[in-house]
Amino acid sequence: MVRLQEEVRRLEAETLALLAKTDTLDGIRDLKVKVLGKKGTLTALLRQMGSLPPQERPLMGQIVNEARNKLEQAWNERERLLEERILQERLEGERVDVTLPGFRFPEGHLHPLSQIIEEIEDIFLGMGFEIAEGPEIETDYYNFEALNLPKEHPARDMQDSFYISEEILLRSQTSPVQIRTMERQHPRLPVKIIAPGKVYRKDDDATHSPMFHQVEGLFVDRGIRMSDLKGVLLNFSRQMFGADREIRLRPSFFPFTEPSAEVDVSCMLCGGAGCRVCKGTGWLEILGSGMVHPKVLAMGGYDPREVTGFAFGMGAERVAMLKYGIEDMRLMFDNDLRFLRQF
Amino acid sequence: MKVSLEWLRELVEVRQDAADLADTLTNGGIEVGSVDDLNAGLAQVVIGVIQQLDRHPNSEKLWLCLVNTGEKSFSVVTGAGNLRKGDKVPLALPGAELPNGVSIQASKLRGVLSEGMLCSAEELLLETTVGAKRSAGGILILAPEAPVGEKLAAYLGLDHHVLDLELYPNRPDCLAMVNVAREVSSLTGEKTHLPKWADTTQLPRLPFSEDIRVVIDEPDLCRRYAGLLVDDVKIAPSPDWMRRRLSAAGVRPINNIVDITNYVMLELGQPLHAFDWETIEGAVHVRRAQAGEKLVTLDKAERSLDPDMLLIADDRKALGLAGVMGGLESEVTAKTRKILVESAHFAPVSIRRTGRRLGLRSEAANRFEKGVNPYGCLAALGRVSELLVRLGAGQPLALVDEVGRLPGPRQVIFTARRTAEVLGFAVSERDLRLVLDRLGFPFKLEGDEFRVEIPSYRMDLEIEEDIIEEAARLLGYGRISATQPRGGQTEGRRTEQQEFRRRLRHVLVGAGMDEVTTYSFVRAEADAAWGSAEDAVALLNPLREEQGVMRTSLIPGLLEVANRNVSRHNLDVSVFEIGNVYLADQPDRPLRRLPRESLRVAGLAAGKSKRHWLTSPYVHDFFYLKGIVEKMARELRLSFVFRPARDEPLLHPGRSADIYLGETKVGVLGEIHPAVAKEWAPERGVVFELEVDPLFRQAGMRLKARSVPRYPGVQRDLAVVVPREVPAVKVRERILELGGELLQEAEIFDVYTGQPIPEDHRSLAFSLHYLSPERTLTDEEVNALNVRIIEGIQQDFDAEWRKE
Ligand SMILES: [Zn+2]
Repeated sequence: MVRLQEEVRRLEAETLALLAKTDTLDGIRDLKVKVLGKKGTLTALLRQMGSLPPQERPLMGQIVNEARNKLEQAWNERERLLEERILQERLEGERVDVTLPGFRFPEGHLHPLSQIIEEIEDIFLGMGFEIAEGPEIETDYYNFEALNLPKEHPARDMQDSFYISEEILLRSQTSPVQIRTMERQHPRLPVKIIAPGKVYRKDDDATHSPMFHQVEGLFVDRGIRMSDLKGVLLNFSRQMFGADREIRLRPSFFPFTEPSAEVDVSCMLCGGAGCRVCKGTGWLEILGSGMVHPKVLAMGGYDPREVTGFAFGMGAERVAMLKYGIEDMRLMFDNDLRFLRQF
Repeated sequence: MKVSLEWLRELVEVRQDAADLADTLTNGGIEVGSVDDLNAGLAQVVIGVIQQLDRHPNSEKLWLCLVNTGEKSFSVVTGAGNLRKGDKVPLALPGAELPNGVSIQASKLRGVLSEGMLCSAEELLLETTVGAKRSAGGILILAPEAPVGEKLAAYLGLDHHVLDLELYPNRPDCLAMVNVAREVSSLTGEKTHLPKWADTTQLPRLPFSEDIRVVIDEPDLCRRYAGLLVDDVKIAPSPDWMRRRLSAAGVRPINNIVDITNYVMLELGQPLHAFDWETIEGAVHVRRAQAGEKLVTLDKAERSLDPDMLLIADDRKALGLAGVMGGLESEVTAKTRKILVESAHFAPVSIRRTGRRLGLRSEAANRFEKGVNPYGCLAALGRVSELLVRLGAGQPLALVDEVGRLPGPRQVIFTARRTAEVLGFAVSERDLRLVLDRLGFPFKLEGDEFRVEIPSYRMDLEIEEDIIEEAARLLGYGRISATQPRGGQTEGRRTEQQEFRRRLRHVLVGAGMDEVTTYSFVRAEADAAWGSAEDAVALLNPLREEQGVMRTSLIPGLLEVANRNVSRHNLDVSVFEIGNVYLADQPDRPLRRLPRESLRVAGLAAGKSKRHWLTSPYVHDFFYLKGIVEKMARELRLSFVFRPARDEPLLHPGRSADIYLGETKVGVLGEIHPAVAKEWAPERGVVFELEVDPLFRQAGMRLKARSVPRYPGVQRDLAVVVPREVPAVKVRERILELGGELLQEAEIFDVYTGQPIPEDHRSLAFSLHYLSPERTLTDEEVNALNVRIIEGIQQDFDAEWRKE
């Protein structure tokens, strides 16, 4: 019994020492089989218990079991330790440089004018305006005459147009869409549209392009007032240029509106204090507008004694230039990818 | 219109300074483009007296002067030799920026410090006549009484600002100083002090002559023709005050007669012309020119006339182009003793046509085109007559006045109620009385109706709304507050077509393309090559030749963008544009109706994707761009069919496809033909172009959802070796046919040529997806289907197969 007992102790000590020296999971598994397995050394000692007198057997069993438990516990601990170490090593080995760039999805870019026009559209859609369209190549009638600009009218000189024939030209403004829409919609009320699109004039410098984009607006109904024009444009300006914008109307002249007004928006760059962009005035001229001229209402089929309306127009390029700080309008038609990819 | 403030102050009380007045006018609707300080360049030029004059110690050609300005003496070096001790001279102090652009610094000249510069008249942009005779060719020598220490500008009375009015076409009345004065008075409430002659109803006190006969043949083109006969004409320079005002207005002084006509034109807005009376034979006729008639105009050019041009003529010959330019023969010269001053009204139409046809511009023509008050003719002659006498330039003898067809008086009726309704703020009758009083318009109030007599000089006022604008202007646009329109809510939304176009744009951006915007007009040859020459619409007056026709294809514009970018080393291009093409759609030229505008989408790719450490770059080739077109189709729920392109000579014959929607060709896709690539495009550029509207009509905007399959599908790979000329799409179609309804999808995932595949064959590998909605498929049935497919393909295409 004492011999056996010593052997168990020795085995236990040897095994613990061996376990501490074994560095691999496979190694400790082998060791476990060798000691604790069915044919293991400790199991073999247990079998020898049969040779002991019966009264010693329980004590011996207890000793062996204690050793077994102790070894299993040590073994589990060792296994945990090794697993942890292995995991640590793996994690260490899998370390990446997180500062390297990720997978590159190609990104495209909407042209700044498309973005501006979409934004303007969305604001007016939100105010219940619909989007109307008209041809870019127009008749003299729609582009001028129906807008109270008869032939030989001096105001025709305000715009130098591109002609296709004596009676057909590239529209110099989006205003012909006013007439086309009224004709199409007559006699339904209200007529409440914006008309974005390309227009053409014979100008070419840093602030003029022979092709540019206008957004026209028209609202005809019973009892429309000039103050409504101001309300709608104030709402637009705040959504477009910032909630703290103010607007002011100044007398102006357009053949198709009476009274006419230039609409200035308080400068979004200096907040109205005056800067280089607003030439120190604190105001930026952004829209032309006015009450629809009675002759134009009549040309569209509406009775100017029954309805009134307002109209406005703005250049999308000008809005884009202000909003994005673009200095030269020609950049927008130059289509240099380094320019376009900023948007 | 350049308005000298010094001149304006004679006609109206002005309490504001130039900048404030400019604001008032601009806010009142008369836009002031700029305010010029005419003596800005003279700000640091003062009058000094020469106290001492010595030779420069180091130079034969220079002088050293001691110049006193009252408080201080300056040592100044000068090269001019016309000075004497005691002369009063203009001294530019250090820091001065002279009118001719020269800036003055204290600096050493040949070793001697010069504390400023003595100036010549030329350097100050002044007339030499302002100084003594000795000034010629040297320093300006002022009169002995010139006050030492005073600023030169103040002494010479040059102390004034000029407002440059940018007039809208409805306000030609403000091309006259008196009407600008009226406008200032209306806007500021200050009094005008207009002399009698400013009142068009006052007739000059002169007899009407029997000797001068005027015959107006065209009463619609010449509404009035008045003339003033002047004897004892003495041509001389006009006085300084007149020359100064003319110069400030941008008119070059010439001699007293010309200056008086120009002066009165600026004052009253009435263009005038003086004829040498001795050259006129018989009556003065206002008639159309005869075809082929000739006239040498004042600018010494011989003009060939036609019957659309209105002439002033005598019984025998043409004297001048009515309202545009006089003739050389009847020009007033130094020898002229007797003149006829013409003050007439010509219709804008005739003036415009004449000017256009002859390419001739003049101040008179410009004014007649914009509109001149037909009632102002006689008043202008009255003023001319007064000035002639005052300047001793001639003796007015008699008037002539022949009336063509004058417009009648205008009355406009308006009410406070309607004014308030249109403007959206409360307007009282008192407000309107104030407005009309300020405007100086006579009116009667009947009931609630204001009946307003419109003065003849306000040619722009015709209807009620015109007067409402006047009221708004004078009461101030600031009184208009922001209101919300009354009436019901309306719903604003894009039409399905507008929404489709917007999505199309976003899909392409989502595919990594950059949107471009190019001009709608392009070079004719480029358009003819890529578009349709017979449908092209040409501009009559293009800005430049390379913008001569309206595009019939978007591709030339994209090629230009690509070339420009490649030339700037932006080599990797993937761009698109959505825009109209313009198709004549009719054989007639000039067009008899509007061309058809058709929306297209086009794309161009060249170069390759960005280099990246994770992936190798993919080339922007045929299949890249085809992939984008396919992505577009998937996202917009369209199904395109690609067939080898026919009839696309500018595209690579083996790498181009026609794009079909069903049986309709809607576009094309392909690599640019290498033979034309040098001329048109970056190397190996690929393009596509599609009609948008057919896509919209086909697009399945409304989605019908399907539920998720209940049973798992089975995935199988399969490769077939087929002759190279067999299109992949045919093999795929046949596979789908053979697979029957259980075969859901067959996608090509590999294409292989080379060993061990025979040279004229290629291997196509498909990934097949089998699925039954009713049960889980067994391996056996799927295997049987695979075998059926392989055998079928083998049979149809003479294909061998191999299992992956
Ligand atoms: Zn600013």
